[in-house]
Amino acid sequence: MVNIIWVLMTIIGIVFAIINGTIEQVNEAVFKGAKEAVTICIGLISILVFWLGLMRIAQDAGLLQKLANLFQPIVKRLFPEVPVNHPAMGYILSNMMANLFGLGNAATPMGIKAMEQLRELNGGSTEASRSMITFLAINTSSLTLIPTTVIAIRMTYDSASPTEIVGTTLVATFASTVGAIMIDRYFHYRRTRKKGGK
Amino acid sequence: MGIVSLVSLYIIPVIIGFILIYGTLKKVPTYEAFVEGGKEGINIAFSIIPYLVGMLVSISIFRASGAMDFFVEFLRPALQFIGVPAEIAPLAIIRPISGTAALGMTTDLIATYGPDSFIGRLASTLQGSTDTTFYVLTVYFGAVGIKKMGDALKVGLLADLVGIIASLVIVTLIFGY
Repeated sequence: MVNIIWVLMTIIGIVFAIINGTIEQVNEAVFKGAKEAVTICIGLISILVFWLGLMRIAQDAGLLQKLANLFQPIVKRLFPEVPVNHPAMGYILSNMMANLFGLGNAATPMGIKAMEQLRELNGGSTEASRSMITFLAINTSSLTLIPTTVIAIRMTYDSASPTEIVGTTLVATFASTVGAIMIDRYFHYRRTRKKGGK
Repeated sequence: MGIVSLVSLYIIPVIIGFILIYGTLKKVPTYEAFVEGGKEGINIAFSIIPYLVGMLVSISIFRASGAMDFFVEFLRPALQFIGVPAEIAPLAIIRPISGTAALGMTTDLIATYGPDSFIGRLASTLQGSTDTTFYVLTVYFGAVGIKKMGDALKVGLLADLVGIIASLVIVTLIFGY
């Protein structure tokens, strides 16, 4: 899908430039855009290195594990079909913690492991189970504590206060997560009702 | 609402201090662990270069040609009616589809309108508060061979919509339009 959007945006732009007579600006934009992208990525290095370095300390100190244990009672209610001591629960919690602390790379493998376990719990079916949908809903609503990359970009463009959006991001991410859980519950309710109740 | 800006100000130093003290108490070789984790950051920064170059060149062409203005002006009346700046529309559309593409758009919006403008703050909040639904869906379900996704896509996209609305409301409340 992103392929189509990418090509469309470029082609529409070129066609527009031909009609509008802005082809000169477009020529310039190609090289400026590419240069800008590389500048941004270099700018990102500082904050990514710092944050992922700090998070490694947290991980080695067992801090993420501890937080996962703390959240277990809540997560247990979100996934009523998953037994507490099942490995799926551990992977779900580690995935959520990694997401929370912006360890995107660490979060994905844990998420896949969680999915594997959830599939096993579902008898190996290729159909998405209730828990899988809940897990995806929470993941796509993005639990983020510190939006590292965004802060780095704001710094690059000389924001007066690059971190001022941490609070608004927290509130918005909380709202979308709660929303996701409620939407997930609603669809679950609708499914069970269609099947003639539990 | 003062509490939100207060949290924004204190949360990062507090987390840094807490992790360092906790790590030291747990006898983690803090500096070495930091360096190990940091190396991963370098890899991430370099690995997103092609994504960002591709997307920013495409957006630059779209913008420089005048097509972006046309698109934004076309959407403006409808969006203004519900209090949304039309400039944010392309980001809201691409956010669920591609994370790196959205990162490119956020960067472009911040560069064009400034990080401390309403659009800059809204783009920043939006980028941090929603995730790439299609990516998560494809990777997680693809990896374990789930073929029927049930309501997953609907739930994911509706959650994105909640995130977009929530970002709009909170940014307006905290920083003003």
